[in-house]
Amino acid sequence: MAERRSLPITISGVTKTYGALKALDDVSIDIASGEFLTLLGPSGSGKTTLLMVLAGFVRPDHGSVRFGDEEMITTPPHRRGVGMVFQNYALFPHMNVFANVAYPLRLRGVARPEMEERVGKALDLVQLGELGHRGVHQLSGGQRQRVALARAIVFEPRILLMDEPLSALDKKLREQMQIEIKHLHHQLDMTIVYVTHDQREALTMSDRVAVIDAGRFAQVDGPRRLYERPRTRFVADFIGESSFLPVRVSEGAVRLGGDVLRLSEAPWSQAERQILVLRPEKLEIVPDRGATDANCLRGTVSDLIFQGESVLVYVRLAGGEQIAVRSPSRRETLAAVPEVGQPVHVALDPEDAIVVPEDP
Amino acid sequence: MSKSFASDTQITHLGRLWLYLFGALVMVFLMFPSVVVIPMSFSDSTYLEFPPREWSLRWYENYFGSIEWREATYVSLQAAVLTMLVATPVGTAAAYGLHVSGRRMAATMQTMLLMPLMVPIILIAIGAFYLYARLGLNYTITGVVVAHTVLAIPFVLVTVSSGLKTYDMNQEMVARSLGASRLRAFLTVTLPQIRFSVVAGALFAFITSLDEVIVAMFVSGGENATLTRRMFNALRDQIDPTIAAISTCLILVSVISLLLVQWLGKARTPG
Repeated sequence: MAERRSLPITISGVTKTYGALKALDDVSIDIASGEFLTLLGPSGSGKTTLLMVLAGFVRPDHGSVRFGDEEMITTPPHRRGVGMVFQNYALFPHMNVFANVAYPLRLRGVARPEMEERVGKALDLVQLGELGHRGVHQLSGGQRQRVALARAIVFEPRILLMDEPLSALDKKLREQMQIEIKHLHHQLDMTIVYVTHDQREALTMSDRVAVIDAGRFAQVDGPRRLYERPRTRFVADFIGESSFLPVRVSEGAVRLGGDVLRLSEAPWSQAERQILVLRPEKLEIVPDRGATDANCLRGTVSDLIFQGESVLVYVRLAGGEQIAVRSPSRRETLAAVPEVGQPVHVALDPEDAIVVPEDP
Repeated sequence: MSKSFASDTQITHLGRLWLYLFGALVMVFLMFPSVVVIPMSFSDSTYLEFPPREWSLRWYENYFGSIEWREATYVSLQAAVLTMLVATPVGTAAAYGLHVSGRRMAATMQTMLLMPLMVPIILIAIGAFYLYARLGLNYTITGVVVAHTVLAIPFVLVTVSSGLKTYDMNQEMVARSLGASRLRAFLTVTLPQIRFSVVAGALFAFITSLDEVIVAMFVSGGENATLTRRMFNALRDQIDPTIAAISTCLILVSVISLLLVQWLGKARTPG
């Protein structure tokens, strides 16, 4: 393989305020060369602001942004050499597909034969090889997104920024494009920073996900770790479905009413009162084993909801809290689903037990 | 079908008759004063009369044959073209700046730039006259162009602003991220897409200057008197149907410009 062209990004101490609002609050992160990092957060969390800081459209109040060894904070957007894909595609309607993709090459004075070759290659990459002569108005939403992508990568930028590029597409197409962009990332030697509010999209595509809340990183981790070991209630709530139960933590175990759940590792917070995070698909309805130390919660089935690929069993615990248990709708598990009103035991593997501190 | 409906609210054309009559009346009131000079310009009489008893083209011959009228026409056209060339870029830049800035100041700035529309023109004319007296700009084309530019900028500002409203500024951001400087992004991406609004604004600026009388009365004169000023003087001395012929020509130019603006407006929204 040729030498790496992609650049690492170092963000340190970036703060941006709009009046009284802190859009970014002392944000720091190192993004490795060639990494696919997703900024995940609800709207207004500051994720797009951070992307705009990287692109050069927003100048932060403090802090530093480096691409490789080069400080970028005062470099205007057009000299940063980053590719960018926007949410609404922002194709140039007065140009056809070829001219759109050729635009960054024209700016760089690339000669016609080379331009044609590179545009053709970029269009092939996004599987639009035959559509160069088409007008932008003749394209479907998915095709427009591909053109926008081709335009952003045709000049081989070392960093690619994407701002919710798939949010305007329908679900099926979105999932297909997620896989395609992920494959493209493997083919192209680029560091990608991707913004989304869709947690599934973030988990699907990223090497690492930075969950951002109120201008700060709540947690930066790989998708699996983020899902299995969220560090705060916000992260646990934002990623995946969960039931939250206030519990007491002592001696490597969680106490809830009369039930005890063992933990495989000590929680990172030392507090006694914490929150137990229960993911519906990690729970299992089990036969009554008699003993209370079998890592079970006891309760009564309060509701059943058939959702096609699975059944959601709502269980009311002795303390009155309601939790959800997801049971796959295979024949044998379906047959074992209890009826409403039936007392049940809900088992949780100690490995899957998540405890997060109460929000301050 | 016994009744034809005017709209899907099920009101018949007959039920709307009063509205049509009222609309027609409004149109007549709006258009009659301008249109009435057209038949008068083709009269054979030596004074303005309506309706004319005899028809002739002698007043057009008089207009095009007279050196003074031709010179005044040339002055007016020169002033109008220069006004257009100055007001269009300045007004476009102002509209762009106000559109992009989004600061609270922008609303105040916009009001200030639209002031010439609200202030009585006679005040602008008097002000310009006294200012020019100090600067030595009275009776010069430069003076007329500067004053007319002030009057024309609001029209360019309004038309270009409305064009920018339907334009997606993200495109300019994309262009900049792809390597275009701000100016280049504007010229290659934004301007081609708002060009119809800019051209419409330019035409408005042209007409504004060409038809303007009051400022011209004060600051133009001598060999740099505009057509409208000379017409006004001519009216004061004697009632001459040449004025009607010239007016007809001016109306023609204005109407053609306005039709052009309308046609551009339609071309702007394809499909």
